[in-house]
Amino acid sequence: MANKTIEQRLTHEYTAGFVSAIEADTFPPGLSEDVVRAISTRKNEPAWLTQWRLRAFAYWQAMPKPEWAHLHFPPIDFQSISYYSAPKSQADGPRSLEDVDPELLRTYEKLGIPLHERAALAGVVPDPLLPSRPDVAVDAVFDSVSIATTFKDRLAEAGVVFCPLSEAVHTHPELVQKYLGSVVPQRDNFYAALNSAVFSDGSFVYIPLGVRCPMELSTYFRINARNTGQFERTLIIADRGAYVSYLEGCTAPMRDENQLHAAVVELVALEDAQIKYSTVQNWYPGDAQGRGGIYNFVTKRGTCLGDRARISWTQVETGSAITWKYPSVILRGNDSVGEFYSVALTNNYQQADTGTKMIHLGRNTRSTIVSKGISAGHSQNSYRGLVRISPTAVGARNHTQCDSLLLGRTCGANTFPYIESSNPTATVEHEATTTRVSDEQLFLCAQRGIDAEKAVSMIVNGFCRDVFRELPMEFAVEAGKLLEVSLEGAVG
Amino acid sequence: MSLLEVRDLYANAGDKPILKGLSLTIGAGQVHAIMGPNGSGKSTLAYVLAGKPGYTVTSGEVLFDGKDLLAMEAQKRACAGLFLAFQYPVEIPGVSNMEFLRTAAEARARALDAEPPSAVDLIRRLRAISNELGMNPDFLKRGVNEGFSGGEKKRNEILQMSFLEPRLAVLDETDSGLDIDALRIVGEGVTRYLKAHPDSSVLLITHYQRLLDHIVPDVVHVLANGSIVESGDRTLALKLEAQGYAWLDAG
Repeated sequence: MANKTIEQRLTHEYTAGFVSAIEADTFPPGLSEDVVRAISTRKNEPAWLTQWRLRAFAYWQAMPKPEWAHLHFPPIDFQSISYYSAPKSQADGPRSLEDVDPELLRTYEKLGIPLHERAALAGVVPDPLLPSRPDVAVDAVFDSVSIATTFKDRLAEAGVVFCPLSEAVHTHPELVQKYLGSVVPQRDNFYAALNSAVFSDGSFVYIPLGVRCPMELSTYFRINARNTGQFERTLIIADRGAYVSYLEGCTAPMRDENQLHAAVVELVALEDAQIKYSTVQNWYPGDAQGRGGIYNFVTKRGTCLGDRARISWTQVETGSAITWKYPSVILRGNDSVGEFYSVALTNNYQQADTGTKMIHLGRNTRSTIVSKGISAGHSQNSYRGLVRISPTAVGARNHTQCDSLLLGRTCGANTFPYIESSNPTATVEHEATTTRVSDEQLFLCAQRGIDAEKAVSMIVNGFCRDVFRELPMEFAVEAGKLLEVSLEGAVG
Repeated sequence: MSLLEVRDLYANAGDKPILKGLSLTIGAGQVHAIMGPNGSGKSTLAYVLAGKPGYTVTSGEVLFDGKDLLAMEAQKRACAGLFLAFQYPVEIPGVSNMEFLRTAAEARARALDAEPPSAVDLIRRLRAISNELGMNPDFLKRGVNEGFSGGEKKRNEILQMSFLEPRLAVLDETDSGLDIDALRIVGEGVTRYLKAHPDSSVLLITHYQRLLDHIVPDVVHVLANGSIVESGDRTLALKLEAQGYAWLDAG
């Protein structure tokens, strides 16, 4: 009964799928050295960065595409994509909020991301059980450019830098030059090399020595233009003893053709610093027949450079036709800590191959991996994770918990754990489970008056609880609602 | 008018005929006990009343508050005031008891076109009920039946009953696996509920007389081979306890 009713519910309602009528300055499709130079020129970049991009482009041309993932899709024609698109009204770059095109503001309002400095992420009904929502600073990236960043003044008072990366290149060149590509080298992989050549806007964050960032920072990515890829790049640096919590959200219009998103995120945590990075990824997943959707090839990595540094990735992945993403931590400092908490939900014909890498180099480094995969429809959901304990990582510890929940009989869940331990003092634990929503659970819910649709979303939310509690409160509520929407149609 | 009226009910568990012409009438405010040997159809009766998938009625009818119960889906029956305390309560990992009951209360309010209870009222009531049942309030934050002992699971069923305030509660072997103290607490919980809800009725399904020391029944029935073969007052339960079921066959 359960599986039949779950299947009946599998029609996806994607609420962020509208297109905004924005006049855009869009490059014609195609990729060449000239295009790389043109992006750099458009952004008025210094010569070193142009050269940096060109080097990456040269690497990319010689690199093979990764084909080891459990993903199946036709080859991407990189010459059919436009590599730059910016709203015309933003030609001079972001100015004050008053100057932003009202159509752009409406777009973000519709998405529940108000770009004013009153409230934070909206779309959430106030809940009397929760404390009132704190302020969140937002950087809004629309196609290839950042259109607005809020709360800049209040952050500046604390010494926090939060701005588009294209702006930081000019205002903080020494930091950008020092750290850009220091965690994810240009040659790291095919998509990282592509991003390094053509990256457009993303956020830049610097938290100075000993500063606890006074509010959550967030970037909201929106793809709008057709046939355009989004190649954002984010760099976050937490200086010694600093703390920051950063949130990221993403959506795109519904279109029949696939669109490419190849981002790079680099995190640098110095001694005693802590970075908490949370993602709610809701790119357009394609329709019920598997047409359209975003190809999401993302390289995210953090490095705990100093002793006792701490980096925590939390992701809720419900969107994209294809997700290829392994937010990782290099545990260089002694006693540093890496964490990865993930919920990946696939429905219809979505495919996800996602997980993490924990690279233990320092002494007594610790890592925790909690992965929750939910598969429905005809989707394929794979966890792929590497725990590497190097010879220097005396006393390192890892615990991995990897759970899969299957809704229906036509979906697949896979687990590919890799463990490489070169130090006999290390402790590595791996636990994995695969479960289904049982008829008994659904009957218990029905007997208490709860309909099957609500029951499944409640059971799925419960399954994800260990991850959701790692999210900032307002994001946790949003993530719960998003799961509910993504599961719409899974039960009748 | 009686609250529950079961008329000549025939039902299968899967393909297997289990209930064979069962009739039963329960008035508002009454407590009935059904006893009987293993395999006589006690749990099947509970599941058929609650509308569990896999159990099919082949003939007969059931009226609940004058309405055709068998025409309603399981969820509708619950919202109409029929509650089943499970013999083997299942776990729902990660969903707290609080959240579960809040969702149930909201679903019922929607079904009945009523205002859902406020979060504050909900918490206050649940705390009061868990206190009465001698349960630590932390219990409300734990996942539904997640890692609960047998006794805790049964107490949790009574907590859910007390919170959801059904017209008819069917308790399916709620006494099994309980020690003497837990049995007393569960018995007191049900008695307290009935006192506070004088129009509500209880159908106790049990193997043993001992639960009936705590919840005094108005009528005791003996179920054998799919139908009720004997009904009487409390003394019938004592006789069964002393003599077993064999004398029924002997006539």
